[in-house]
Amino acid sequence: MPKRTDIKSILIIGSGPIIIGQACEFDYSGTQACKALKEEGYRIVLVNSNPATIMTDPEFADRTYIEPLTPETVERIIAREKPDALLPTVGGQTGINLATALWENGALQRHGVELIGANYNAIKTAEDRQLFKEAMVRIGVEVPRSGYAASVDEAEEIALRIGYPLVIRPSFTLGGSGGGIAYNIEELRDVVARGLDLSPVHRVLVEESVVGWKEFELEVMRDKADNVIIVCSIENFDPMGVHTGDSITVAPQQTLTNNEYQAMRDEAKQIIRAIGVETGESNIQFAVHPTTGRRLAIEMNPRVSRSSALASKATGFPIAKFAAKLAAGYTLDEIPNDITRKTPASFEPTIDYVVVKIPRFAFEKFRKTPPVLGLSMQSVGEAMAIGRTFNEALQKGLRSLEINAAGLEPRGTPRQAIPELLRTPGPERIFAIGDAFRAGMSVEDVQALSAIDPWFLREIEEIVEMEREIRGAAGFSPPAGGLKAAAPLFRWKQNGFSDKQIAALTNRTERDVREERQRAGIRPVYKRVDTCAAEFEASTPYLYSTYERENEAEPTGRRKVMILGSGPNRIGQGIEFDTCCVHASFALREIGFETIMVNCNPETVSTDYDTSDRLYFEPLTLEDVLEIVDLEKPEGVIVQFGGQTPLKLAKSLAAAGVPMWGTSVESIDIAEDRERFAALAREFKILVPEHGAATTEDEAVAVAQRIGFPVVVRPSYVLGGRAMAIVYDESTLREYVGYAMEAAPGLPILIDRFLEDAIELDVDAISDGRDVVIAGVMEHIEEAGIHSGDSTAVIPPYIIGHREQDRIRRRTVELAKALGVIGLMNVQYAIYGGDLYVLEVNPRASRTVPYVSKATGVPFAKMAAQVMAGRTLRELGLTSEPRVVDYFVKAPVFPFGRFPREDTTLGPEMKSTGEVMGSSSSFGEAYAKALLGAGVDLPLEGTAFISVNDNDKRPVIVHLAKDLTILGFRIIATAGTRDFLEQNGVQAGLAWKVHENERPNIVDRMINREVSLVINTPFGRKSFYDDTYIRRTALQHGIPCITTLSAAAACVEGIRSLREGFRSLATLQEQHGISERRAASGERA
Amino acid sequence: MPAARLVLEDSTVYEGEAFGSTENAIGEVVFNTSLTGYQEIATDPSYRFQIVVMTYPHIGNYGIERIVEQSGRPQVAGFVVRDAIEVPSSAHSQMSLYEYFNQHGISAIQGLDTRALTRTIRNKGAMRGMITSQSKRSVDDVVAEIRRAPSMSGLDLVKHVTAPKPYDFDEQPQEKRRRIAVYDYGVKRDILRKLTQHGNEVCVYPATTPAEEILRSGFDGVVLSNGPGDPEPVTYAQENIRRLIGKVPLFGICLGHQLLGLALGGRTYKLKFGHRGGNHPVKDLRSGRVEITAQNHGFAVDPDSLSDSDVEFTHINLNDQTLEGFRHRREPILAVQYHPEAAPGPHDSFYLFAEFMKLIE
Repeated sequence: MPKRTDIKSILIIGSGPIIIGQACEFDYSGTQACKALKEEGYRIVLVNSNPATIMTDPEFADRTYIEPLTPETVERIIAREKPDALLPTVGGQTGINLATALWENGALQRHGVELIGANYNAIKTAEDRQLFKEAMVRIGVEVPRSGYAASVDEAEEIALRIGYPLVIRPSFTLGGSGGGIAYNIEELRDVVARGLDLSPVHRVLVEESVVGWKEFELEVMRDKADNVIIVCSIENFDPMGVHTGDSITVAPQQTLTNNEYQAMRDEAKQIIRAIGVETGESNIQFAVHPTTGRRLAIEMNPRVSRSSALASKATGFPIAKFAAKLAAGYTLDEIPNDITRKTPASFEPTIDYVVVKIPRFAFEKFRKTPPVLGLSMQSVGEAMAIGRTFNEALQKGLRSLEINAAGLEPRGTPRQAIPELLRTPGPERIFAIGDAFRAGMSVEDVQALSAIDPWFLREIEEIVEMEREIRGAAGFSPPAGGLKAAAPLFRWKQNGFSDKQIAALTNRTERDVREERQRAGIRPVYKRVDTCAAEFEASTPYLYSTYERENEAEPTGRRKVMILGSGPNRIGQGIEFDTCCVHASFALREIGFETIMVNCNPETVSTDYDTSDRLYFEPLTLEDVLEIVDLEKPEGVIVQFGGQTPLKLAKSLAAAGVPMWGTSVESIDIAEDRERFAALAREFKILVPEHGAATTEDEAVAVAQRIGFPVVVRPSYVLGGRAMAIVYDESTLREYVGYAMEAAPGLPILIDRFLEDAIELDVDAISDGRDVVIAGVMEHIEEAGIHSGDSTAVIPPYIIGHREQDRIRRRTVELAKALGVIGLMNVQYAIYGGDLYVLEVNPRASRTVPYVSKATGVPFAKMAAQVMAGRTLRELGLTSEPRVVDYFVKAPVFPFGRFPREDTTLGPEMKSTGEVMGSSSSFGEAYAKALLGAGVDLPLEGTAFISVNDNDKRPVIVHLAKDLTILGFRIIATAGTRDFLEQNGVQAGLAWKVHENERPNIVDRMINREVSLVINTPFGRKSFYDDTYIRRTALQHGIPCITTLSAAAACVEGIRSLREGFRSLATLQEQHGISERRAASGERA
Repeated sequence: MPAARLVLEDSTVYEGEAFGSTENAIGEVVFNTSLTGYQEIATDPSYRFQIVVMTYPHIGNYGIERIVEQSGRPQVAGFVVRDAIEVPSSAHSQMSLYEYFNQHGISAIQGLDTRALTRTIRNKGAMRGMITSQSKRSVDDVVAEIRRAPSMSGLDLVKHVTAPKPYDFDEQPQEKRRRIAVYDYGVKRDILRKLTQHGNEVCVYPATTPAEEILRSGFDGVVLSNGPGDPEPVTYAQENIRRLIGKVPLFGICLGHQLLGLALGGRTYKLKFGHRGGNHPVKDLRSGRVEITAQNHGFAVDPDSLSDSDVEFTHINLNDQTLEGFRHRREPILAVQYHPEAAPGPHDSFYLFAEFMKLIE
């Protein structure tokens, strides 16, 4: 069946900002879908609010809208573009939810848009647990016993019927958020009450608990001829009870017999048919009882997912691409397998290696939340590793995570702490298992506590046994005349031990181990991921390392460049860096280089096997990178695009003689080293905030008194704003120092003057070593003190004037020249008391590069890559800063909904996971759109509650309150704020704080939905404890809560423009004058 | 564990560790890409005189259970894996793969680069080889012994695996609707089981049983089973099949398919390295549907050799376009090259047993 010709134009919905549960994997799948459908000649209309994605690059669609993903906006796009069809299955839950809403409100029917990939009924049946259960019962597939409750009483009745433990899942929340497990009636009441509140339909499912059962996932594809294939099986190392996104997972499944596996496969086929997914991909989860083998279907996602991205990377089978082709009418046997080129896609990939995915968490940033894993996903990223054995893949995966583990290292867990760590799933459980074996516990002991299948545990036990062997080993080399394979070191390497681990176990340096290993001729080989276990020849160099006999890498003699990726997503380092790496690869391919990508993040576009000429799916450690460099011998290695991950390798790589492209390692060091940078600043008369370091409380107080409060303090051992705080007085400083000293005794604490109320700016610039061009000047909307990644920013600046902007531009050029930047650079500035301070210089691609590129229409990362290859900016035609006509606002998105105990106040430690962009010719509208895209729906009317700290009791809050009154809002305020407002002529009602012991207090009024907007500025640690509950209540009840005055001022502008209604709607192609034809030609630049 | 070598007839040597028996084992070295089902594979009589390389590295994960055996014992000449699991994890497991191979004296080797080996076989074609634990023996000497062994083409292996005398399959159908005779060329137990599940009493006959004896017993249909090796030298089977054609409904599976092709006047040929795995796409040309099939064959029927007036091609392999199934245009004859009973493998092709039952009725 060839492709459909009755449709010409297809609307694709992206998944929006990176949030927990929806990350780069949907850019990967969305980009594949766009490419796949575009090459079939369809006109692609794309909407996504996330500017950091590859899919929103103007060449991937004919019409690209970076707009809020709301039904209203999408309907306006539909009205404007009149697409024939909507593909809802590549944009995660966001895409599915939007398509459902547009169907239910009749928009799709009104505009005659057909849902392709999954129709409304299929989506409904898969998503609605009751309909799903009914469908399963009809086909004889067993599901957990359960019932729905709309109240706590109903839940208790169901509990009586089924018995404990019970799982409670709120209906229609993302990534299972708000769910929980109840072992008794009290827990049941708690979890149900919270779940009812979080569920948009106020309903929870109370279900038989399958905690501790084995968990499996199958990735299933179906075409319109009803051919069904299983692309991949995945077994969760962590049994049921831990969200699969938070579980270590393994592909293929390891512990089911052929009969058990085939029976599961049969059910998966039945399920995809019963749900009615006509074409495309679904992820189906099963629970299997470890002893009885009873199998239950748990859930089904009728769309590509995080797991399908993982399955694609694990097998080399591009699920999203094929799902898009199937949606366009092809059948599987009409699609060629990209990797073998000779065989069709209608087969089941088989693999001859083991894949392990390990999640990465950010609990260190959410210190009020215990690091306990459950049904609601909490991880922020993941690493995948490929090895010929489970142990090899597991240890490679652990060192890929960049959590200071070179493998399954000992963590020295005290014996008595081990049982609890095994029983309660958490990020450290995998290490506790190793420590349990080190402490002499048996596989049976560990299994009894953790319910993890003994197959995995025995393999890990082997790692620990081998560790003992390594400790006692005399030497590494093979016996004289003996086989390489017989050398103990070869076996250790086969089990995934890194040089660093072996070094630690044998009291050597990593370098000693590396040199001794290489002298013994023990080097990794590279095998290909080929979908077919070598049955057919692979034409795609998608490679992983292992220790075996045959090397299949076959490096070419072409001119080549190696790009180091950014590893697992984490807060502070996410999709933006991957996008830059991908751009670098595209741009260098275009000028004739062979590009070699090294990365270990399965979610990304960079690890798509057709992004670069060659892909090494490998950990980004010195050992792994050096081995690839040695084999490939690239002309240059680029560390500038992948964030901190490759940057921190730069020095060692350069020392090992690796040719580095771009800004010199020396310059990177000057920028990163405080003292060296201070010297440079003095030389160029650049103002930097006064600073000092201290190792005792008294020293800290002395430094603070010298430079003056408030100060920004942070431990010297961390990066990315971690554990940073702003301190206003001596007692708080002592408290902080005490806490930091306890955590890391002896290490200095860095203290900087905090430039209170300063205006912060971010500048990105590009240089070829001679010319410097400003890419964009971004003004932060919040005042200083908030991590730049958490700030809302706007291009062009809307408050500071041209004179100051020019001062900033000149300074940036000066810095770029002083540091000899080749490629990109980011500088953070603060304007304080009329002076320009430099807060930070990063001689590399920053988080903001994709946003600036989308705002200006200039692909800076691509240009930077070509500059590093020797092109000049003049040759590239980039001689001046791009003129930006409209306002482009970037707004962060926070994961607080997943961490209900945390305060939502922003500070110097970054907490956001992603970002969106809003644009318009008016600042207010651009800002309101950005907020809407970030999920903050500004109210048009109602009651605004204001409570500000003493610092903020200034004229500006009076103006704000007046503006809100004029816009028709009623103002209520806490006593102090109300007095201040009334003194200044603004009428405000009184709102009681909770501790004032009067009812109804402000919390009551928020719960009763009497408040539509909260303006609450906390400052300093004291008030921090007082009013956290206000922000938490606002978060729980979806009330916009603004925590800085400048953001509040921007909000007022946003509300004003919202009241006039959104007017602007433009594609990137229109905004940047890119003709449809050029975009449609699919060119990469 | 003792060191062992796998030596190929082209003098390639792979070092590893022996498990199971340490006796020398010679056979044709072939690879199987199934992720599960090592026990079914090891006990499939079609693997007689073959040393099977499993491409998935961990083998033995869920142990051994008697119920899934495809015959009374392991049939492979030898087994090659990257990593044999010593302690299995499964509620069904009765023993480990180690113990099983020890018990039955199967020579196996682990710890070698099975992917490199697979690529060698893919590129050079299936070769004979030997697993040996004799560390002192020279490669040349081992190769010389391998070369003295028969080669797969022209070798009748059926006579080594067929039942010595007729027997009734020990599993009984719930309701006896038909009686089916099975020519045992090396039949897998799951073929008999599938037939039983379709309400058939199943009688198994030695490969040399004269056609007349079967016809005399008045069976409703005859299944020509799978089996090892080259179909060409198994002339007695072809002869008997020829005498059955037109007299009783026939269903040929794998070797049975090839023998039927030969009996109908066609030719067979040796594939470079065969089809062995559980992921082969086969298109049913009548419905256009693609089924994912379990396969195990080194020879195939040349479609050009069959008369178009007699035979309708019903199935082809989408990977290499080889013939996977045909029907006779006039007589009740059905044949597939792959394994509709799976064991191990996907169940997509179970429908063929029902189709055969319909053919009988």
